[in-house]
Amino acid sequence: MTSPTPVRSLPRTAENSLLADAHSGTRVEFRGVVKDYGSTRVLHGLDLDVAPGEFVSLLGPSGCGKTTALRVLAGLEHANGGAVLLGDTDVSTVPTNRRDIGMVFQSYSLFPHLRVIDNTAFGLRRRKVAKAQAQRRAADALELVGLDHLADRFPHQLSGGQQQRVALARALVTEPRVLLLDEPLSALDAKVRVQLRDEIRRIQLRLGITTVFVTHDQEEALAVSDRIAVMNAGRIEQIGTPEELYLSPATPNVAAFVGLSSIVAGVASGASVLVWGETLPIVGDPVTGEVEVFLRPENLRLVASGGIEAVVQESTFLGSFRRTLVRTTDGALLQVQHPASERVEYDDRVRVAIEPTPVSVR
Amino acid sequence: MTSLAPSRTTRWVIGILVGAFFAIPMASTFFYTLRDDDGYSLVHWAALFDPAKAALYRPIWTGLGNSLVLALVTVAIVLFLLTPTMVLVHLRFPKLRPGFEFLALLPISIPAIVVVVGLAPIYQHIARMLGTGAWTLAFAYGVTVLPFAFRSIQASIDAVDIRTLSEAARSLGAGWPTVLLRVIAPNLRSGLLAASLISVAVVLGEFTIASLLNRQVFQTALVVVKNSDGYAASVFTLLALAFAFVMLIVIQLAGRARSGKGRP
Repeated sequence: MTSPTPVRSLPRTAENSLLADAHSGTRVEFRGVVKDYGSTRVLHGLDLDVAPGEFVSLLGPSGCGKTTALRVLAGLEHANGGAVLLGDTDVSTVPTNRRDIGMVFQSYSLFPHLRVIDNTAFGLRRRKVAKAQAQRRAADALELVGLDHLADRFPHQLSGGQQQRVALARALVTEPRVLLLDEPLSALDAKVRVQLRDEIRRIQLRLGITTVFVTHDQEEALAVSDRIAVMNAGRIEQIGTPEELYLSPATPNVAAFVGLSSIVAGVASGASVLVWGETLPIVGDPVTGEVEVFLRPENLRLVASGGIEAVVQESTFLGSFRRTLVRTTDGALLQVQHPASERVEYDDRVRVAIEPTPVSVR
Repeated sequence: MTSLAPSRTTRWVIGILVGAFFAIPMASTFFYTLRDDDGYSLVHWAALFDPAKAALYRPIWTGLGNSLVLALVTVAIVLFLLTPTMVLVHLRFPKLRPGFEFLALLPISIPAIVVVVGLAPIYQHIARMLGTGAWTLAFAYGVTVLPFAFRSIQASIDAVDIRTLSEAARSLGAGWPTVLLRVIAPNLRSGLLAASLISVAVVLGEFTIASLLNRQVFQTALVVVKNSDGYAASVFTLLALAFAFVMLIVIQLAGRARSGKGRP
């Protein structure tokens, strides 16, 4: 997706100390991480392997354990079992301040009493970098996020989006082994969110830094990630590239969360499946017998005749198209995407048909 | 004007009434110190520097010195014991906060005279271990100022998201001492200033505990001197008030000069 407003191009490598030092990234590994809060288990033996320089999102509804996983990686929470590895080192017992991480938080976390430049230089100063050099490198980091002209401002003089950019610069300036993003965009308005999201990805690719991104927004995760780990109730339900998750979700939860897919019953015979009297090709390996078929909103359309009968539950205008939730006569809920010109309202009786495109089954 | 703000006249009336409430006793005291038989003169103020009367006023200077030391030690207790404890409770043991708050506010409801009954035997032990120096009273004053100091510091803690700030600082490589000194303390500054100021005021104004434990402080000395020279006691009371005003202004100015919000 392109940004609504042009983003400053990145400075040339030779001019920017951060880009000059860009390296290949560090491997991050969760090995059977278990976390309990009192008697509640929030992480059930989490295993996750993030390749050097990879951008992995932890995606899931609130309470699924994604933020806890990130905080365990940061050392802000202690796991009750398992290990966290940075590079080849087990850092499970290393305190946060010696893990060499960069983190951007959901809530605004700039130090209110420090100017933008001093906020950005904070991590370098803790690493005993001389003040003049720390300020110069901080200025480079601010240039990277396009805010070098605001170096002398205080955080309360910045907008929310600018504050999160500074927080990003502050997290990156020490060239940490891993960048942790804890829903950094959720406090921002929609336009800024998309802009900063794309910029984070662009900078991450330029620096080659391993990044773990926590979000509950599937669109955000799909847009920026190399791989997405969909979490539910303290476990990873599926991990894969955005395309894999979208086209072949492993569980109904993943299907519903990532692709807004609806699930209907069908009968498979080899490479095709029979749904509502239509024969559709199957994505992936051939199967036979009764199956569940994942239907994404764009697989379905409203028709004048044929298809099956349904009642409109709600309909949302989304610019060039509408997304309508309908309930079929046998009670199944389906998301249908159709042109905005086909206006429907609550309680309208409509007919829904399936596009003859390949579908995922389970 | 349809605003809820009081009219100009009302504001003036309120201002004058409140001002009079504070000004009349002070002005009366001031005129009292100027009284000289039938007329007015500065003779009682000049007497402070009269070598002949130095012996008479010595308890006040001693008491004042003791009180200032006590104020310093009490402020140190507030800043280096109470504040880190409150931060710790806020960040690590939030479940303890209601109990902690109750304990901290408790001293306000216990009359000083009752406190002394409990403190007397404790101070026998303290005297044996640390001597009978006036500064040891600061342990008792540390408890006396708890409710006031707690309230103003807690207000600052609640106004800043110190949890996220400290997590951010730690993720950037800061250890706990750095987090406390460089991140949390600067952001609690207004609360810490207020707590310190109130502590100084309470200590300089405390009489009951010091008197009953036989320690010589500013207030007990004033009573001693008042019996022989009522004018001198009034002069010193006015000076103490002036000192408090100056301190207030200085601390406010210092606070403003270092605050980022004051800059253009």
